[in-house]
Amino acid sequence: MSSGQIDLSRQGSDVGTVGDRVARYAFFSCALVTVLTTIAIVLVLVNGAVGFFRSATLYELLADTVGAGSLSGATDALRDGLMAQVTLGEFFFGTNWSPLIEPTSYGVWPLIWGTLVITVGSAVIALPVGTLTAIYLSEYADSRVRKTLKPVLEILAGIPTIVYGFFALSFITPIIQFFFPQTGTFNAASGAIVVGVMIIPMVSSISEDAMSSVPNSLRNAAYGLGATKFEVSTQVVLPASLSGILAAYVLAISRAIGETMAVVLAVGMLPQITTSPFEEMQTMTAYMVQVGISDVSVGSIQYQSLFAVGLTLFVMTFAMNVLSVLIRSRYREEYQ
Amino acid sequence: MSDETTARHGGLQRRLRSIGFGSGRFATGNLLRANAETTGMDPKASEPETVTTDTERTAGSTSSGGVDMATADAPLGTPRVDDAVIEARDLDVFYGETQALHEINMDIPENGVTALIGPSGCGKSTFLRSINRMNDLIDVARVEGDLYFHGKNVYDEDVDPVALRRKIGMVFQKPNPFPKSIFDNVAYGLRVQGKDDDVEQKVHTALERAALLDEVEDKLDESGLDLSGGQQQRLCIARAIATDPEVILMDEPASALDPVATSKIEDLVEELAEEYTVVIVTHNMQQAARISDKTAVFLTGGHLVEFDDTNKIFENPESDRVEDYITGKFG
Amino acid sequence: MSIDTDAGTAETTEFEFDGSAIERKRLYGKVFLGLCIAASMVGIVALIALLVDVLTEAWGWLTWEFLTYPPSQIAEHFDPENYGSLDTGPAGMYPAIVGSIYLIVLTAVFTLFLGVGAAIYLEEYAPDTEMTRFIEANITNLAGVPSIVYGLLGLAMFVRALQTGASLLAGALTLTLLILPIVIVQSQESLRAVPDSMRQASYGAGATKWQTIRDVVLPEAVPGIMTGIILSLSRAIGETAPILMVGAATSMFTPPSLTDPTGAFSAMPMQIFDWARLPDETFQHVAAAGIVVLLTILLLMNAVAIYIRNKYDRRG
Repeated sequence: MSSGQIDLSRQGSDVGTVGDRVARYAFFSCALVTVLTTIAIVLVLVNGAVGFFRSATLYELLADTVGAGSLSGATDALRDGLMAQVTLGEFFFGTNWSPLIEPTSYGVWPLIWGTLVITVGSAVIALPVGTLTAIYLSEYADSRVRKTLKPVLEILAGIPTIVYGFFALSFITPIIQFFFPQTGTFNAASGAIVVGVMIIPMVSSISEDAMSSVPNSLRNAAYGLGATKFEVSTQVVLPASLSGILAAYVLAISRAIGETMAVVLAVGMLPQITTSPFEEMQTMTAYMVQVGISDVSVGSIQYQSLFAVGLTLFVMTFAMNVLSVLIRSRYREEYQ
Repeated sequence: MSDETTARHGGLQRRLRSIGFGSGRFATGNLLRANAETTGMDPKASEPETVTTDTERTAGSTSSGGVDMATADAPLGTPRVDDAVIEARDLDVFYGETQALHEINMDIPENGVTALIGPSGCGKSTFLRSINRMNDLIDVARVEGDLYFHGKNVYDEDVDPVALRRKIGMVFQKPNPFPKSIFDNVAYGLRVQGKDDDVEQKVHTALERAALLDEVEDKLDESGLDLSGGQQQRLCIARAIATDPEVILMDEPASALDPVATSKIEDLVEELAEEYTVVIVTHNMQQAARISDKTAVFLTGGHLVEFDDTNKIFENPESDRVEDYITGKFG
Repeated sequence: MSIDTDAGTAETTEFEFDGSAIERKRLYGKVFLGLCIAASMVGIVALIALLVDVLTEAWGWLTWEFLTYPPSQIAEHFDPENYGSLDTGPAGMYPAIVGSIYLIVLTAVFTLFLGVGAAIYLEEYAPDTEMTRFIEANITNLAGVPSIVYGLLGLAMFVRALQTGASLLAGALTLTLLILPIVIVQSQESLRAVPDSMRQASYGAGATKWQTIRDVVLPEAVPGIMTGIILSLSRAIGETAPILMVGAATSMFTPPSLTDPTGAFSAMPMQIFDWARLPDETFQHVAAAGIVVLLTILLLMNAVAIYIRNKYDRRG
């Protein structure tokens, strides 16, 4: 054993150690912001939704109850605040949505219907087209074609939705009107087409990723057995990448549900339940925009309706996102 | 000695040899002492048996994995030295469930080159990285036992690994200069440790000591990545010695280099050993034989089998397994 | 893989080969390939149609005056043919352009610190625990929230609760939260791409974690991070719904000022939306002109991002 003890301990004055500690906490708080954001979104939506269904928002309830000063005052405030304004039944089962125009009515179905029509319509376009495009890119296309096609799809994905809305109004709708003269300026078909085009890149890129990760050994096995490229693509690659493709579908549908500006410009702002795609409708997101640009006073029921519809929208997209994660985790097991 | 005791002693000796033990010239080894006491033998006086039967030899050399080393707490040779800078005591290292080092006991003397040799995967690099606590960077790594640096256990609660690494420098297997200029590469350690007063002088000195200065003197501003492999490694050595550490750890520093560059590195190591304590991992036995003063032999699965002066290890090792390894029978 | 079906050959082979099945499959294959190509063309055709439509609508309406003058409620003011005869001067979208630029600059600042900071924590500091996985799963989830919901968040939290008013600040904060998830993920990728050998070399030289990040990891990851931020900002600049909900003005006569970040503001997508909604056909042209300006700026931003990525790509 040689010379005595040496000091290897942490020294505050040692170069860099103070900065190290500060840095760690600073970066952690940045990451924490993301968690706080989710909490804030949920709180804001629930707070407003409570204000829509009951007479007072969550925050007002808390403030009034806590600040009442006496137990009886608090229970009074609670009872008053919790008085129903719009019943859940009226909201979820009513078929007339008219919060801004007398006589007011708060059945949300027309909005959900509008969202569904656009979502299903765009899915009908984007899912097949996107999948076929993905198969082409993954199995057939040579590198020259890929070099052109992939950037085109990326550009499509990068165009702002308001441009798509304009495109619907100025190009798509006149074409539809040419073939179906009964079509109005605002119509669901135009919106469905445009949203469909918008989500094609999403479907194709995620599906293509899934297909590309199918190992070549599987393809070679099929070729070795005498299969044609068509059979390999549809009977080997497609099933093997199914979970990834399904996840892509679910994510694209989630995006279509949340799509806002394109449907505002293309589909219009008239909430109605109709089976004709050539008529004007209103999606949940379009209604929210309508409130946003009109003059509603804060705290009014119209203002709170924003959050009730927003919460419904959030729940729908959240469920879809969770579903896609579940599908993907199943995917991982297939390739152990 | 009665026949019985002889037999018992002989049997004990055979068993100890088959698991790599033999001479009793070391202080630990409670098992040996306890048994020696019961048999009335003085462990220090016992002679290593140089004549072994064929069965014993084969038993010793082929017992690779299934060897019972449960009580192996001291290797062969002279693991203890007087002027040790680094002392390992019963050091175990685990990566998750796998044990990479088993009860390593060894001293590393001050100034001079200590080589760690052995086949791939025997824990040499793991042991090296335990010295400056680089294993801390691996999530699943766990260390038990003690490792003393100048008498202070580096795995104590109050030890800051950063402070430790400012006294111990490291050179890696694949040269890893920063994507910065040659000057900034060497100056990096000086700057982060706050020793950058007179930085130009120190950089020049380090480059000179690393035998690189004349080759790069006029292009210190160019990127370190533009140098050849051998030059990059010497740059990394310069970077390590610029902060004047006491110990330099080298993990197979020449294995990625061509023979010419390798011999330059080897000459450099010998020069550095005059001022620093150098611990070098190498799987090149000739290299170890050429440049090191002491050699430690790690075999199968993280066991330190023998540690002694280099010429003793290479000319007349105690352990048969070491002899087999050195003569190339395996590994 | 073509095998000749030689019916009626003199050699009797035990291997009877009926090629008709193969022919049928070949036909299916050709049809399928045709379908695939057609599907791929949909995207290309749509893009071309969109660009052509926008450009033809905007043709002749995109003038220097359009870029430098404030908007007007009267459609004729935008028509270049009328410029000479106007008493109030030509109309354009200057305030909205300035507003968008200010908005993006502010957003960039917030995102840089929050996004890169969070990415550094997740890549360099976070232990492999449930908590870390939860944070990362949460970020993935946030990426899927519709942009209008972020608008609601901004409205309730920044405009109302924190009293920032319908201002640049509120807009920038809202957009920051919107693009934060993508920035974090892309920054994480850039940090992950830094070879571990560099970190080891730095630790071996006696550096602390923060010194290693600051002097070795970040400089190496900066090009990737910058590319990611610019691409995310190019998404933010086109977002209408969040800034609409936060209260962006539909038309402002003067550009917003950075010295008063709590004052009213307008931005390009909002302005375009306002014009596109108006029934007057002239405003359709004006909206198209605005779209061209927006798309051009987008193109420039993407070009800069790609340039940075190519210039610093070591593997390239």
